[in-house]
Amino acid sequence: MSAPTLVSIRNVSKRYQRGKQSVEVLQNLDLDIGQGEFIALMGPSGSGKTTLLNLIGGLDHPSTGEIRVGSERIDSLSDGKLAKWRARHVGFVFQFYNLMPMLSAERNVELPLLLTSLSSAQRKRNVAAALTVVGLADRARHKPSELSGGQAQRVAIARALVADPTLLVCDEPTGDLDRHTADEILGLLQALNREHGKTIVMVTHDPKAAEYASRQLHMDKGALIDAGAINAA
Amino acid sequence: MFKQIGAVTSMNVRGIPQRLGASLVIVIGIAVTVGVMVSVLAMAVGFDKTINSTGHADRAIVLRGGSVSELGSTISRDNTLTIMDAAGVRHGDDGKPVASAEALLIVGLPKKGEQSQANVTLRGVGPASFALRPEIHITEGRMFQPAVHELIVGRSAQGQFAGLSIGSKIALRDSEWTVVGVFDSDGDSHESELLADVETVLSAFRRNLYQSVVVQLENPDAFNAFKDALTTNPTLSVDVKRETDYYKSQAQQLNKLLNFLAYFVGSIMAIGAVFGALNAMYSAVAARGLEIATLRAIGFSSFSVVFSVLIEALALALAGGAIGAVFAWLFFNGNTVSTLGGNFTQVVFHLTVSPTLLITGIVWACLIGVIGGLFPAIRAARLPVAAALRAG
Repeated sequence: MSAPTLVSIRNVSKRYQRGKQSVEVLQNLDLDIGQGEFIALMGPSGSGKTTLLNLIGGLDHPSTGEIRVGSERIDSLSDGKLAKWRARHVGFVFQFYNLMPMLSAERNVELPLLLTSLSSAQRKRNVAAALTVVGLADRARHKPSELSGGQAQRVAIARALVADPTLLVCDEPTGDLDRHTADEILGLLQALNREHGKTIVMVTHDPKAAEYASRQLHMDKGALIDAGAINAA
Repeated sequence: MFKQIGAVTSMNVRGIPQRLGASLVIVIGIAVTVGVMVSVLAMAVGFDKTINSTGHADRAIVLRGGSVSELGSTISRDNTLTIMDAAGVRHGDDGKPVASAEALLIVGLPKKGEQSQANVTLRGVGPASFALRPEIHITEGRMFQPAVHELIVGRSAQGQFAGLSIGSKIALRDSEWTVVGVFDSDGDSHESELLADVETVLSAFRRNLYQSVVVQLENPDAFNAFKDALTTNPTLSVDVKRETDYYKSQAQQLNKLLNFLAYFVGSIMAIGAVFGALNAMYSAVAARGLEIATLRAIGFSSFSVVFSVLIEALALALAGGAIGAVFAWLFFNGNTVSTLGGNFTQVVFHLTVSPTLLITGIVWACLIGVIGGLFPAIRAARLPVAAALRAG
């Protein structure tokens, strides 16, 4: 029996206005992502994968079409409601970690919890647990400048999962790391998916990174193409 | 929401050392603006204080009808007697009215440390003048004698003009006058004057008319009776004013000018400071664009971002305002300056940086901070998150 659908995308298009020209980045796209899937979104630069990731993560609105995550239709939410929705349901991992340089690792991880009603003590416990999951409990007091790239990305992953989101959205999470460290991070994401049941959508250029995913999706010119077409090419 | 605002603000404030240069632009710009404005306003406050402390509500001054100041007034000897005998005037133990017919002359004296001369008031006062003005105290030397060329000098006048120490000789008209005493007068404008016996002054300057008559009223409420007595007397054409009202009216024009100058100069500088703050805050927001976008991606509200940027601008503005105000207070409060008063003579007064002025300066600083921070804050909050993440 297949997993229930978590993300449902129907007939989604996204257009940007560049001067007088309208550029269609996504065209009539349909996609379903099951609960507990680990999806790798691949494709050349400009294919629209980051745009799609932003739409799934509620960072942007589609020009047309419908996006549902769980029972919520997010394409019609206002910016304010979308921000609240993101805080409850999405954890973000960015290529360059996007940690706050003036905050320690634990304070960085705590940020999403400041949007909840948890007490300070509960927040501390959750932060400690998240840092333990990513193997950085001993680096809690360190600032980002005192961490290696791999460690910084682990902190970013801890921040993404500390509020127990429905969905982890990762934009080139290993794009700034060496092979060995990238494998560690991807192993960690895979463990989060397999052992903790986290649904992950990851954009990557790296075929090796994509191998960690349970499903690979390929995009070109704003549309999803099937794997068979790529292999044939 | 408070947790969000607190968290973002805390991050902004912790990031200030990384943006020290831009932050200092705001702090110094606002400090200079507030410092200059408070200093100029301190002149207005000091001048106002000096003029307002001159005169008492239970004293009245009589000038020729239509005269706006003592300098343009003349009162004959006959009229002075009528004025002093009017209803409402207090009489002393000797049965004589407590009143002084006075002559006012402008004399030129060299200012200390300067080549140029400035005008000083030489006031000829009557024998009852010191009963009339108990606030005048001889602090050094002695009182002048009538019928000889002696005078006493106000403490402020002595501080501003050269050659006014006791024993000094001053050439006035065709005669030489000796400084025999120094007086203070509770900091009022008489401290900028020279006092001598009125008959000796009139004689030396070959005059026969007084400029004003100052009388002690039986009580403040006796003013109307006194005024009515004089203004209904067909032999007199005089204006009667309470002493307090008279000195207030003398200061009005200059006070307006000083206030205008302070706010005009302050406003121009404030506009400059607003642009400085805008520039610095735009830079600060641009430098933190990725951080702000990340926070908004995580779910922090636009409002918390706007509010935190505003708080940062406000904090920097407050620091600048406080520095400017303290600077003005340290370096200008109590400084003695002089300016041309109502009689075209120098009025010496002390710059007064009052608590109200300090608060005014801080309020201006806050306004500059809010205006300077608002637009960058709105821009930071309105930039689409995805675009801001890409730009970062």
